[in-house]
Amino acid sequence: MAIYGVTVPKWGLSMEEGKIVHWHVGAGAAVRPGDPLVDIETSKITNTLEAAQAGVIRRILADLEDVRACGALIAVLDDAGASENEIDSFIERAPQEAALARAETAAAASEPQFVELDRIRLRYLSMGEGKTPVVLLHGFGGDLNNWLFNQPVLAADRRVISIDLPGHGGSGKSVGGGTVDEIAGIMAEAITSLGLTRLHLVGHSLGGAVALALAATRLHDNIASLALIAPVGLGQQVNRNFVTGFIEARKRRELQKVLELLFANPALVTPDMADDVLRFKRLDGAEDALRKIAEANFSEDGLAVLLSLSRDLHSPATVIWGLADKVVPAPPDDEIRATYERLPGVGHMPHMEAAAVVNRLLASHFAGNE
Amino acid sequence: MPRKSYRQAIGEALRQEMQRDPRVVVIGEDVAGGQGGTGVVDAYGGVLGVTKGLIGEFGAERIIDTPITEAGFIGMAAGAAATGLRPVVELMFVDFMGCCFDQIFNQAAKFRYMFGGKVNTPLVVRAMVGAGFRAAAQHSQMLDGLFAHIPGLKVALPSNAYDAKGLLIQAMRDDDPVIFLEHKTLYDTMAEVPDEPYTIPFGEADIVRDGDDVTVVALSAMVQRAVAVADSLKKEGISVEVVDPRTTSPLDEESILESVARSGRLVIVHEDTPRCSIATDIAALVAERGFHTLRAPIHRVTAPHTPVPFSPALEDAYIPSAKRIEAAIRAVLAAPARLAS
Repeated sequence: MAIYGVTVPKWGLSMEEGKIVHWHVGAGAAVRPGDPLVDIETSKITNTLEAAQAGVIRRILADLEDVRACGALIAVLDDAGASENEIDSFIERAPQEAALARAETAAAASEPQFVELDRIRLRYLSMGEGKTPVVLLHGFGGDLNNWLFNQPVLAADRRVISIDLPGHGGSGKSVGGGTVDEIAGIMAEAITSLGLTRLHLVGHSLGGAVALALAATRLHDNIASLALIAPVGLGQQVNRNFVTGFIEARKRRELQKVLELLFANPALVTPDMADDVLRFKRLDGAEDALRKIAEANFSEDGLAVLLSLSRDLHSPATVIWGLADKVVPAPPDDEIRATYERLPGVGHMPHMEAAAVVNRLLASHFAGNE
Repeated sequence: MPRKSYRQAIGEALRQEMQRDPRVVVIGEDVAGGQGGTGVVDAYGGVLGVTKGLIGEFGAERIIDTPITEAGFIGMAAGAAATGLRPVVELMFVDFMGCCFDQIFNQAAKFRYMFGGKVNTPLVVRAMVGAGFRAAAQHSQMLDGLFAHIPGLKVALPSNAYDAKGLLIQAMRDDDPVIFLEHKTLYDTMAEVPDEPYTIPFGEADIVRDGDDVTVVALSAMVQRAVAVADSLKKEGISVEVVDPRTTSPLDEESILESVARSGRLVIVHEDTPRCSIATDIAALVAERGFHTLRAPIHRVTAPHTPVPFSPALEDAYIPSAKRIEAAIRAVLAAPARLAS
């Protein structure tokens, strides 16, 4: 018998508080693990918090539009009919426990680190320990923060490392010719340098192409499983308007419009999100790197080269795609020779738009291939 | 993302660009701390500590302390720029520009034009602007309009630490003379500032708050005041767009006109005195090219046409307050709508 607190999670390195924008449940509702409880909005994005336990919602402690710090108690659920007094005591103890939780989160919260290779320095974020480790590779124009809804969850029972690709995030901006092959070479060196000999590899979009290249060649024998989320390199055209718009957009509003192509629900693109991307593009060498990578890989010839890599696929692979993807359209069922999960109503960022679903798919894929 | 102060961001910009380009030199009074005298080297790092640490890394050949003679060292910097160096010269207080204005507006600003393009003048003049320090009439002015008025000069007024680093690196890489105006009350304000070098193009405004009901254009230290008022009015359902032009020369006219085209109402908040200031310049721009989009007269919220007082109470009244900004916003919202034709 236990009383559980539902607290504001910490999604990503910079989140300090969140705003309640929608309750899926009310007091009295019975919930099971995985049921959506509440939508929380941050300056960057909005996500749904799910129930972690089975039980009945006993109190809702935050109203719509309320802003609460990470770790703050926003609801109470219990699984054995505790009395109202017991619920009250639980709530009274909450501020001390929230402070404790915050301290624990702060201690556990990783800071990004750097791995120095001969030709470049890469930024990465490592969390967790346990079973076979996971490496997450983001997509074109993104960075390790793209995995904010996935990395902490997957790190519950294993080490999960997200790495900024060359030219991106906090990694060095010189990308040589910018081909996926060159990038894969650098990532292989990084992965070796981090001491990983057996790993699950997850790649999104351009990161998916890099993952494919690594699985087909350099890390062929090290990869326990491969998961590709809306990858480039399986034959689909990449939306040129998106790529050109992303590189050329100068103003935040202009960029916001381009970023909306990434999501099935354009409202997920906040001014802060667009501002972050704009600030990345201003870094010395960033735009040049993006241009080189786009030119090297997203042309007809570039895509043909990438497609040839996927033919050599040996690792157990799962492919996840949003059916509403406007950037790299989801191929039909018969074109994918691997487990293929197609998500209706989801755009090019399933790991953000449908984080809980993707986390479950990844976790079970890892478990089946330790 | 690391948080740094406006002061640190400026120091970092100088250090990183000096590492990248050996032609960049820093010149000014006490930028190191009394070179040639018996004082301690790097005692100050400039009057408010911005250049501290640089002489240790780059040496006395590139961090040059000067005597108190603006006409002399601004002229020296202009000449150095025209002959191959990329000097960043500190005017300390913009109020001292009277001592060296000829070197700035007749020499540096006009070299390229008068020498038929044979010479570039990649000079950056850094100066402190603004009131709030009880520094009185001769150490608290904005005067930024005087520089924007001169063809051949570029003028930047960063409102936060992130913009300060990006605009200063841009200024140092620009081949034209740039007047870089740092508000003295902003040095300890913090923001997320990337460790890597980056640039922010001139002539690109920052839309700090999105809004539909009224456009507020604000500069330098007034940006945060306008944002605070906007955030407070949002609770009443009034949607205020805050535009920070970042540079007044070049000025992002397009962003200002676009914003007023959607809101129909314009309030300009600037700490300078109103006659012939950039607030007045922007008002004329919109009155001329955005006339048919306006639903109310333009309001300027500026300092009064007086010197900056020494008395704290009077100085506080001099600087545009949140109350005055709010009153101006309410006034343009209350103005009768233009009759449909």
